[in-house]
Amino acid sequence: MTDQAPAALPPNPDPCLNVEITPELVSQHGLLPEEYEDVLKILGREPNLTELGIFSVMWSEHCAYKNTRKLLRLFPTEKQDKDAIGQVLVKAGEENAGVIDVGEGWGVAFKIESHNHPSAIEPFEGAATGVGGIVRDIFTMGARPVLLTNSLRFGSLESAQVKRLFRGVVSGISHYGNCLGIPNMGGDVYFDDCYEGNPLVNALCAGILRHEDIQRGAATGVGNPVYYVGPGTGRDGLGGASFASRELTEESAEDRPAVQKGDPFMEKLLLEACLEMMAIPGLVVGIQDMGAAGLTCSTCETASRGNSGIEIDLDLVPQRETGMNSYEIMLSESQERMLVIVNRGRERELEEVFEKWDLHAARIGEVKEGDRMVVRHKGVVVADLPAKSLTDEAPVYDQPASEPVHVTQARDWAPESVPELSADGVGDALEKLLKHPTIASKRWVWQQYDHMVMSGCTVEPGSDAGVVRLSIAGIDKYLAIANDCNNRFCYLDPYRGAQIAFAECMRNLACSGAKALAVTDNLNFANPNKPEAYHMLKECVKGLADACAFFDVPVVGGNVSLYNEHGEGAIDPTPVVSMVGLIDKAERVTRSFLSQPEEEIVLLGDLPHEIGASHFLQTQFGKKEGRVPEIDLESEKKVQGFLLSQISNGNVRAAHDVSDGGLLVALAEMLFEKSELGMTVKLDSLGASGRLDALLFGESQGRILVSVSQRDSFLQAAEQAGVPARSIGTSDSSGRLKVSVAGDEILDSDVSGLCEAWAQSIPKLMMQD
Amino acid sequence: MKVAILQFPGSNCDWDAEHAVRDVLNVPAQRVWHKAALPAETEAVIVPGGFSFGDYLRCGAIARFSPIMSDLIEFARKGGQVLGICNGFQILCEAGLLPGALVRNDCIEFRCLNQALRVEDSNDRFNQAKMGSQIALPIAHGEGNYRADEEVLSELEANAQVLLRYVGNPNGSVNDIAGIRNEAGNVYGMMPHPERAIEPHHPCQDGLPVLKAFLDPIRKNNPIELSAS
Repeated sequence: MTDQAPAALPPNPDPCLNVEITPELVSQHGLLPEEYEDVLKILGREPNLTELGIFSVMWSEHCAYKNTRKLLRLFPTEKQDKDAIGQVLVKAGEENAGVIDVGEGWGVAFKIESHNHPSAIEPFEGAATGVGGIVRDIFTMGARPVLLTNSLRFGSLESAQVKRLFRGVVSGISHYGNCLGIPNMGGDVYFDDCYEGNPLVNALCAGILRHEDIQRGAATGVGNPVYYVGPGTGRDGLGGASFASRELTEESAEDRPAVQKGDPFMEKLLLEACLEMMAIPGLVVGIQDMGAAGLTCSTCETASRGNSGIEIDLDLVPQRETGMNSYEIMLSESQERMLVIVNRGRERELEEVFEKWDLHAARIGEVKEGDRMVVRHKGVVVADLPAKSLTDEAPVYDQPASEPVHVTQARDWAPESVPELSADGVGDALEKLLKHPTIASKRWVWQQYDHMVMSGCTVEPGSDAGVVRLSIAGIDKYLAIANDCNNRFCYLDPYRGAQIAFAECMRNLACSGAKALAVTDNLNFANPNKPEAYHMLKECVKGLADACAFFDVPVVGGNVSLYNEHGEGAIDPTPVVSMVGLIDKAERVTRSFLSQPEEEIVLLGDLPHEIGASHFLQTQFGKKEGRVPEIDLESEKKVQGFLLSQISNGNVRAAHDVSDGGLLVALAEMLFEKSELGMTVKLDSLGASGRLDALLFGESQGRILVSVSQRDSFLQAAEQAGVPARSIGTSDSSGRLKVSVAGDEILDSDVSGLCEAWAQSIPKLMMQD
Repeated sequence: MKVAILQFPGSNCDWDAEHAVRDVLNVPAQRVWHKAALPAETEAVIVPGGFSFGDYLRCGAIARFSPIMSDLIEFARKGGQVLGICNGFQILCEAGLLPGALVRNDCIEFRCLNQALRVEDSNDRFNQAKMGSQIALPIAHGEGNYRADEEVLSELEANAQVLLRYVGNPNGSVNDIAGIRNEAGNVYGMMPHPERAIEPHHPCQDGLPVLKAFLDPIRKNNPIELSAS
């Protein structure tokens, strides 16, 4: 085929072959001059426009991880303890999603992915197709999706523009996920000025499958047919992967055609048809979704994984627009499409399934000997490339890094620079925190998501972790999911901030009674070509990798989103950590709310004493500064292990981790499910800091509030385990939250008033224009 | 088979309904594809929730033209027991098996929550004595706002055809209507999901008596042992 050099056939039926490749054109495709030199070397000739487009998307950050690939190697990708539950069955980077074992022959496939840039331009479609993409990654593995969750970041909710984005993103997620019928367990939402103009929309999906049903995205078996399934290809989403690998500018709105349009009904049909097809023994050889870089990525990746060649004919690709050229067909990111390779001679079995579901199944090519990816259009070869050159030979960079000044300053920060809070300011400070949209109730968000479909919802959104029963697998086990990332911590101390994100996420699972199994991460960062931004990326990855290794909780997949900048500003480093945990008995499922009077509240961990980097500094003084709280992984492990053992013993009624907003916010939140309840809290001293603000609102790590059934035996067990624990309060039916410190009353507040402030904050903001 | 659970393209509570009837209530149940015929041995039909045909045009508007619908209409006309849940309720209204229509929630947004409901004394199967006066059932819909003209409404009320009313109306339904039956008493429709409130891990088990009331006629000779009550 290589002897049919495209340039040798003028005049050409495909206009892409007649375009002169100029340095400007190369630069418009986001390729550096030295990268273009590599292309010339690989091909031994000039590429045509279609080939240039293919290199451009495959070598974009989004597909090739060229600025992060080296760093990602730091993550542990399997468990050290080979006897523990949660062994990795499919490792990060091997396939469309990682898979871990959850026992009884079942596995869980899960992954998080970003759709930040599309959502900034077109929030509804951007977020909706973000859900669609991650769901395809999961069922491509052969798994039945069982839960969704999201990690969202927006600018200040006071801004009309941010409200538009927030509303659009939430309704896009709701629209797509609800139609698919996969429960969405909520997730986390933060609001911070740094996300103004560049929201983060990270979507996670988890699915369940039998070990033996794991599918591979490899094209093997010379002569096996390659099928295109799903709706036709249009011009939408052209070059989306390269669009995602640039900074956002004022002109980005003109990139709107790069944002795809989703159709959840099509995806539902595709999901059911694919699962039905994959259930036919021995039919499917390989399957890959057409996500970023569409047909391009799926053909070259399957060929590359299968160590095969692949040949496709674009005239056979179902199209819903006329006059599309090869460049457009290859780079389109039209949604809800898959590439499937089946065993030769069994084509009819695939076709029958897709006929049943009224979907296209077009045979567009076949697996070939060799290593070339060959694309034909209108009778001529429009691309002829070594498949592996697009995947394995993509450039890899190590960028210069330098520590930003603000990080150095944060380390040297002294709490004395902040005036101390007096007792009469406590009520006001608490209310300000409860009203801050990051801390306030997110019911406005998750009541728009169907979290109860599939009959598995066990702990609804709003508790420390979402929990679903794996009813559809017919097993009495519960999957718990939590996301975390405090951008303030990561901005001020990237290494420690990432470790805290990990520890908090794991703590959230422990508070739900779940043992942490594995992580998927979404690294959202700014432009890596800027040394300060790259430093923060590098430190966050190191911090996260070290935490993963310490806890033996591997990373099984994830996503990198760079260039999150808008105008003059960049986002704070935001390495979102999502962790899957398992609860093996119904009675161990634990929630974070108190349910009756006379529950004894115990604080695990010492009294909080660090005010640096807290939300309190933001809501009280408008400051994002200070020393990030210490994180001691050893004591974290101890406190979480102790909590889980007490939950197993049946000694825990509720558990809630102390995080955003600190101790007082966490205590109040435990009362908000039944605001007729009250609580009397007695703290014996100001703690190590000697400051009221640090005690009540500091965000010291490794602290957990537990409602216990047997106080004395619980405290005794804690002492034996070497875990600091003190009884700090009792619930009652007073409807008031009363707090005293060293005998002095510092708060006596109406719980329903606090609850109202917390519950109504986001709805009220969203009602103002 | 006793209970047929219809499966349209886009149905997404079909498994849930099958699980509820078969695994929890121990009544034989099976999903039936919309292009198939209704099996001869069918004793009751559930039209489950979801987004049949993507809710294109109007919720349920395309599903009513599915091949299986003529069998369903025939089955209902002969007195067969039919229950439509959520999108299933919308389909039954579009097909003319139940009066009225369901339109967009007045809050414009999708709503998913465990909803308080008042049980009406509708007939000897569906009443407060059997279920209690107030129950809670999950709702999850964007278009659950029940509408009917004055004449239909007064007939519904006069014949005690309203089964359930919202306590704290989430969607703007007229007369707070959450569920109704036909005059003959064999076709039921409701927006709330009884199949999501039957097991110990669910927010409550108030869906059990609702499903039992519906399945009553086919259980007469073969009483159901409830495993999760």
